[in-house]
Amino acid sequence: MNMPNQTQSRPSLKSGKALSMPRLLGVATFLAFVFAGVPMLIAASGRWDFYYTLTSVALLSIGAAGVWLTFYIGRINIGQGAYALAGGYVSAILITQVGVSFWLTLPLAGLFCALISVLIGLPILRLRGVYFAMVTLVLTEVARLTALALPVTHGAKGITSIPMPGALSVFGITLIPDFATLQNPRQAFYFVAATLMILAYLVMWRIVNSRLGHLCRSLQQNEELSASIGVNTAWLRVLAYAISSFFGGVAGAMFVSISQSIYPSSFVVQDSVNFMLYCFLGGLGYVFGPMLGTLLLYFGWDLLSATGRYQLLLYSGIMIALMLVLPNGVLSLFDRKEGGK
Amino acid sequence: MEQIIANGLYLGAQYALIALGLTLIFSLMNVLNFAHGQMYVFGGFVCYTVVSQLGLPFIVGLIASALVLGVMGALIERFLFRPVIRRSKRDESTMLLAAGIAFFLDALILLLFGEKQRGVPKIVNGVFNWDFRLIMPYDRILIGVLAIALILGFILFMQYSKAGRAMRALAQDRTAAQLMGVDVDRYSMLGFAMGAMLAGLVGALLVTITGVNLGMGGPTSVKAFLMIMIGGAGVISGAIAGGFILGMMESVGLSVLSSYGDVTYLVIFATLMAFLAIRPQGLMGKPWG
Repeated sequence: MNMPNQTQSRPSLKSGKALSMPRLLGVATFLAFVFAGVPMLIAASGRWDFYYTLTSVALLSIGAAGVWLTFYIGRINIGQGAYALAGGYVSAILITQVGVSFWLTLPLAGLFCALISVLIGLPILRLRGVYFAMVTLVLTEVARLTALALPVTHGAKGITSIPMPGALSVFGITLIPDFATLQNPRQAFYFVAATLMILAYLVMWRIVNSRLGHLCRSLQQNEELSASIGVNTAWLRVLAYAISSFFGGVAGAMFVSISQSIYPSSFVVQDSVNFMLYCFLGGLGYVFGPMLGTLLLYFGWDLLSATGRYQLLLYSGIMIALMLVLPNGVLSLFDRKEGGK
Repeated sequence: MEQIIANGLYLGAQYALIALGLTLIFSLMNVLNFAHGQMYVFGGFVCYTVVSQLGLPFIVGLIASALVLGVMGALIERFLFRPVIRRSKRDESTMLLAAGIAFFLDALILLLFGEKQRGVPKIVNGVFNWDFRLIMPYDRILIGVLAIALILGFILFMQYSKAGRAMRALAQDRTAAQLMGVDVDRYSMLGFAMGAMLAGLVGALLVTITGVNLGMGGPTSVKAFLMIMIGGAGVISGAIAGGFILGMMESVGLSVLSSYGDVTYLVIFATLMAFLAIRPQGLMGKPWG
């Protein structure tokens, strides 16, 4: 087991530390596709509704990235919907009742979620396996009931007619124009969501390839062992969970600004389960797995809507078939070259 | 007071049956069956079809639900879970499969039975009334008694039959059971079929009282998860305890907290969080079992 070379000890992760030339090219191609290719394709095909779909994909994949990070410390998180809901409400309340700019509420929503996730995480992160999975699943239901019961969230009526994001200017230079004045806010939302997604995955990639990432991996493999050699497992668990919830909160806040409304049922257990599915389908061994999984599942669902009442049947049928063929996620296709683990 | 306890017992018996099926599947195969609620709804619809559409007696509906779900469970185990478990690197992959099956069953229910709320006519008429201190319709009493009888039957089966002993051995230690000559594949299939059958039976029992509709699957699964968390996952006595505890808490909560609005479940969840912080494996669970 003792491999002298550091990079070889990570069989399932191919991202090396150095940014090699082909990798740089790949990233550049991806960026060009997201920011130039997609708008051009949409303009050419005339399917303007794809902007909304792709925006959702980008935002959901941010949430899924958080779930992936919790998996990285060996915990199955089915509670991301709770943080998306909390983040959405924080943003909505700050905008409508305090009058804070949307762009400020975005990080604030994330921070709020990170804070409550620390409080909730301290007891529940001691749980493992299915116990943790079940508690987090229940957490989404708790969030929904809390939103129904609290006076500040207006119960079942929710918060509606939230204004569009305003202008963002730093030192007098307008970085982002007021969304209400834009001709095509859909496109603007897409660009913002895509930027957020890329930032989130950059952070993830950086975490995974840092000392923190190595420590997280040690937790995933054997928590007792890593604790015995002096890793502060309790702190690491809470840290990873807080980062994960931060992503959830940001995604939720952004969603709210797009739909301009939020209700206790905006994110339910089903959404939490979906976040987990996106992660699993893409493959848990790769940072970009959740992004691919989200794209496949959400976009696939959207495309299948043409089949009408058989949509859910086909969707779940394909999902089950995919599971039978590739039980370790779609990206596990790339594992074979490296031989058995 | 008597009323609250009686309601709690009645609810608890139903819940315990649901939790038993879930915990059986979990203990045998380490699979968290997300589709359990959907199986329950499916059972209810099968019973509805047999009793209301075909006009057969209720007992036939009950048996039909049990059979349909039992066969369905066996097929799901044989053709879906077994290959995936064998080939996947992580136990958790089965969660995706289970969730996929939950979606699939939802779609199937929608196509086969529609989205309307369905129920069957009362099987027994009349209301039991003890001096207005305890009022309970006879059909609820009957269903409660049936549920308790089924729980007892299940315990006896697991305790004394050969198959039950084999399944308990499997739950304890899969490898050791295999070494002792237990046919692992066969009993895994049987266990999954029985778990699904229990879900179908509860569905068939409850369709006479509350009816079923398409949207009930997910919330039922969440409740079942709650119960096995209270009792401890993979432990039969824990599932029964969890079911009765949740039923009692719901019954007490609904009457005591009703003045504060719909906060019963919020209180139950908060209590559960605090409880799990102290005892992560539940009442009777093995640590990290």
